[in-house]
Amino acid sequence: MNVACRIVNLQEEYIKLFNDQKSLLQSGAPKKMNSLRDDALKIFEEKGIPSNKVEAYKYTNLQPYFKGSLNVAFTNDAAHNDITQHFHCEVPQLNTYNVFLVNGWFSAKDSDLNLPDGVIVCSMQEAEQKAPDVFEKYYGETAPMKEDSLVAMNTAFAQDGAFIYVPKGVVLDKPIQLVNIMTGDEDRLAFQRNLIVVDENAQLKVMLCDHTMSSQRFVINTVTEVFAKENSVFDVYNVQNQHNLTTQVQGIYVHQKKNSNILTNNLTLHAGIARNNVNVTMDDDHCESHVYGLYLSDKNQHVDNSTFINHAKPDCQSFELFKGVMDDSATGAFSGRVYVAQDAQRTNAYQSNNNLLLTDNAKINSKPQLEIYADDVKCSHGATVGQLDDEAMFYLRARGINKEEGRILLMFAFAYEVIEKIRVEPLKEQIRGLVEKRFRGEFDKCDSCVVCGQPGSNASCL
Amino acid sequence: MLVIKDLHAKIEDKEILRGINLEVKPGEVHAIMGPNGAGKSTLSSVLAGNEKFEVSEGSVSFNDKELLELSPEDRAREGLFLSFQYPIEIPGVSMVNFMRTAVNEHRKYRGEDPISASEFLKLMRDKKKLVEIDSNLTNRSVNEGFSGGEKKKNEIFQMAMLEPKLAILDETDSGLDIDALRVVANGVNKLKSPERSTIVITHYQRLLDYIVPDYVHVLYKGRIVKSAGKELALELEEKGYDWIKKEFED
Ligand SMILES: Nc1ncnc2c1ncn2[C@@H]1O[C@H](COP(=O)(O)OP(=O)(O)OP(=O)(O)O)[C@@H](O)[C@H]1O
Ligand SMILES: [Mg+2]
Repeated sequence: MNVACRIVNLQEEYIKLFNDQKSLLQSGAPKKMNSLRDDALKIFEEKGIPSNKVEAYKYTNLQPYFKGSLNVAFTNDAAHNDITQHFHCEVPQLNTYNVFLVNGWFSAKDSDLNLPDGVIVCSMQEAEQKAPDVFEKYYGETAPMKEDSLVAMNTAFAQDGAFIYVPKGVVLDKPIQLVNIMTGDEDRLAFQRNLIVVDENAQLKVMLCDHTMSSQRFVINTVTEVFAKENSVFDVYNVQNQHNLTTQVQGIYVHQKKNSNILTNNLTLHAGIARNNVNVTMDDDHCESHVYGLYLSDKNQHVDNSTFINHAKPDCQSFELFKGVMDDSATGAFSGRVYVAQDAQRTNAYQSNNNLLLTDNAKINSKPQLEIYADDVKCSHGATVGQLDDEAMFYLRARGINKEEGRILLMFAFAYEVIEKIRVEPLKEQIRGLVEKRFRGEFDKCDSCVVCGQPGSNASCL
Repeated sequence: MLVIKDLHAKIEDKEILRGINLEVKPGEVHAIMGPNGAGKSTLSSVLAGNEKFEVSEGSVSFNDKELLELSPEDRAREGLFLSFQYPIEIPGVSMVNFMRTAVNEHRKYRGEDPISASEFLKLMRDKKKLVEIDSNLTNRSVNEGFSGGEKKKNEIFQMAMLEPKLAILDETDSGLDIDALRVVANGVNKLKSPERSTIVITHYQRLLDYIVPDYVHVLYKGRIVKSAGKELALELEEKGYDWIKKEFED
């Protein structure tokens, strides 16, 4: 069922919406999901949608974006339209297991999803049957519902999303690609909740690809929880590719056990208002985490990356690098909190945030925060804001390269460091191409889309 | 080919070139020597079009075009090449991408199609051999982490790729070991033809044993104060600049 609502006072109407639709919200959803809703709603009611008075959201006042007339789909069928028929995913260079989600709801997966034995990829709604113990044990355990009202909101409202479980010792040869599509003829608010569990000695790479396929205003609140068990390796690449009327708040919350190695990379190629939260909790010794991001913004776009690296245990390492290229009147923010607990000795934590501002109107706020309570640690952080290097530009021009081409080369040079961190070779190749096109102003948002980045498709992205 | 008339240039109101006159004809090799800070690199930068310097007076014609009116990229496409005294590192721009872009921009200017992948590879291979540059270097970012000598070799490699009509080599010899010096000089000499000219800026006679100049000029305090044949370089090597400074002050 689809509900059209008009939001003026935020909490008031959202609480009412929750109470009115409670039975639909609960129907079909796993017990654990339903059991957290009431508490989550209370937290949401108390804190509300963050304005810039909330410290963690200081540079992104989300209140205006969660207002207005918005549609919410409370059942799977209401979330879909016939666009799902156009899914043909055969991008040759990207050999992935494809899964599609429409307006936050699990929609379809490749029919020949030849997954290794024991690997489960399904909707959250099905997860309770397919992996009852895993779901019960992990759902809601690492997303910070109490601290972040948007996580609370998601926990109260989310009904579906993708569930992935990789059992002990299984190494997936190909990445799993979750294609998140926002579509429809009405302005829409969607909640999506994903849960990923990578068991001991298992390896998984996931791509989250966010797309908009119609020109409506979309507001998306996505929460992805990840559990990386002992000796596991997990990568997530979040390719954001949405039109300017999109507001997306998306959180990736990773919980690590001993010797696990994780990587997150937020590649914001195109977005309206994007707020990305990445939290990593290293809850065991000898964990390694890589947290990266690249944001390319222009016009009036706004990208806010907020990270929290929690060194809770000794002998862990974290590497964090975010880079941004801001053109026109784009604005952005980066805040990176690194917390080193008292007994987290021999911690190595590195963080840097570098920005290239191409105009006087572009703006970035960068805020590193180190909180160190252990004494034997190596930590560094740094933030830079700069323009294109005149000397480098002259060198290029002295070889016959025109200013515009030189600008593209230098912007790409700036961004490449983050692209090089991608641990999936074909994806790296593809992102290189997309970033270059973005800088050339030839960016066709459909290029990166498995749905319509192919000839002959009749669906098109906006 | 190149005619410089009464060229004055300044930076932040400090006049560095104070009336340069120089004519280079096709096929000629000119050496410019002179003490540190005389303005040699400034002259090359101004000719290449660095906007850091402001030209306050004078004119430069290059193959009958008003050089000073052209953008730096058009000067390069017209056949002017500057081998930088201090080549800059550009992390993230691969040598291959850089060179392909440069070669194609030159071709576009001449109304030619972009170079094909195989032709480009062959060109790279041939020119690498010519300047005996390590293959690994061209797989890296422009000058990134190159040693001083490698950077200089890389300049000559780029020159070989672009085949300029006039090459200005700003202290390309400094920092080179003896073998590299010979290789670089060889690279320059192999490109020599009756149409191509070279300006070598150097502090040492040694390079001029390999690249034999038709004229040697001494630049001092922003002016060319002495011009003669190649024997002048030997004389300078022996006596230093004091006698010239003295002559000039008087
Ligand atoms: N950006 C600048 N700002 C101020 N002064 C400058 C700048 N660039 C060059 N100069 C000055 O101009 C003068 C000439 O410098 P230039 O580099 O042309 O000398 P040079 O003859 O090439 O010396 P060297 O033999 O040491 O390479 C010097 O006094 C130098 O300090
Ligand atoms: Mg110099």
